[in-house]
Amino acid sequence: MVHWTAEEKQLITSLWGKVNVEECGAEALARLLIVYPWTQRFFSSFGNLSSPTAIIGNPKVRAHGRKVLTSFGEAVKNLDNIKATYAKLSELHCEKLHVDPENFRLLGDILIIVLASHFARDFTPACQFAWQKLVGVVAHALARKYH
Amino acid sequence: MVLSGADKNNVKGVFAKIGGHAEEYGAETLERMFATYPQTKTYFPHFDLQHGSAQVKGHGKKVAAALVEAANHIDDIAGALSKLSDLHAQKLRVDPVNFKLLGQCFLVVVAIHHPSVLTPEVHASLDKFLCAVGNVLTAKYR
Repeated sequence: MVHWTAEEKQLITSLWGKVNVEECGAEALARLLIVYPWTQRFFSSFGNLSSPTAIIGNPKVRAHGRKVLTSFGEAVKNLDNIKATYAKLSELHCEKLHVDPENFRLLGDILIIVLASHFARDFTPACQFAWQKLVGVVAHALARKYH
Repeated sequence: MVLSGADKNNVKGVFAKIGGHAEEYGAETLERMFATYPQTKTYFPHFDLQHGSAQVKGHGKKVAAALVEAANHIDDIAGALSKLSDLHAQKLRVDPVNFKLLGQCFLVVVAIHHPSVLTPEVHASLDKFLCAVGNVLTAKYR
């Protein structure tokens, strides 16, 4: 089980409280598809992904980004039980979606950059540490049921 | 992985915006890297790594100068950083995985100080550039 200090929990939950999940989610997914274009391989049904402008404006990207970040919120609400929280999603990503877990790490890194750009100096080094730890734990939990 | 003309322009644009803050950002990048990825501290047992450390500031300056040099010679990063590449291969031998961690922290620092500069396209170009720098510095490892 992951150990969180009280400070780490506080840094995570207080920042999360200020996050616009719809906007940040859309931005994070769009950036993933733009910065690491090979990740587009999972989204052939999303229509026009031909340029950064197309990706950013794509309604399916926005909707899916929101869905993904909303799910991320479950980790924030269940910091002491992230493994169990993502057990079913882990199976889904392995058995049905066939997503290489490296992609979870890539998205986690992108999310950190999005948070940094929104929160600027409030995204202190201690905050970055806590959040980088969280995205790592989430990535690990999502990869856990892979076989 | 190849830097396109657009990538090169984007990277040059970022460093133009950063301007004289490069040294400061170098230090902040290192501070964040040590805080976020404590394993990176193992390469600096001889440093005072506390907040505000003069050694970290000094080293941040060097790191920033190398990135600026690479951006100024973006058509030949390998040539521009050849001596640094030798140093990393023969003496420093920093595990290649750590260059990604430094790169991530540099992106965070740019995002914090210049969020409007770091559009998704510029983010992509800068990430590619930082990968290219890391590749050059580890190219002679074996």
